[in-house]
Amino acid sequence: MAAPVQSEIRYLNPLSVDVKKKKYCRFKKLGIKYVDYKDAEFLKKFLNEQGKILPRRLTGTSQKFQKKVAQAVKRARHLALLPFVTDMMK
Amino acid sequence: MNSYETVFIATPVLSDLQVKELVDKFQGVITENGGQIVNVEEWGLKKLEYPIQKKTTGFYVFLEFTGEGSLIETLETQYRRDERVIRFLTFKQDKYAQEYAAKRRAKLAHKTTEE
Repeated sequence: MAAPVQSEIRYLNPLSVDVKKKKYCRFKKLGIKYVDYKDAEFLKKFLNEQGKILPRRLTGTSQKFQKKVAQAVKRARHLALLPFVTDMMK
Repeated sequence: MNSYETVFIATPVLSDLQVKELVDKFQGVITENGGQIVNVEEWGLKKLEYPIQKKTTGFYVFLEFTGEGSLIETLETQYRRDERVIRFLTFKQDKYAQEYAAKRRAKLAHKTTEE
């Protein structure tokens, strides 16, 4: 009986199945209560390359803090601390 | 007596003497109308992320003060009238914002004493 051919196909690199990382709201975890609109570096973590605000499904923040972050980002944009639209921001 | 914080950007073309005079002017506006200045910070000349009135840099000034609600209207009309100020933002500090601001001031004071 021919041994059942196990792995006929040789993959060049192992299948990178991304393990489902449990997303958490960083504000609840770290106990941050106030999102400062003056701290552009911190707010940049919530913006993508073009300077747009990342959706909750990617960052995992809870709705209460997502609204605070969105409000802070809009204030920072008003003060020209953050761009409205840009390319290759990071 | 609510606590507020305000940031305004002055045109970069001013000499630092004029900027000093501008900051004193707005401090005067606040104190005259029954407010107390809690903290003044000058972030200096910073690059703007997008040009405002064809200028790419601006002089940032940050003021923290406590006062009545009516004080804000007079302050903002002063901002609008003064053509050296190209952008301003006033913000009412809620409970958490005040804690954050106090912590930030302590950290700043600590840092300056270190240098």
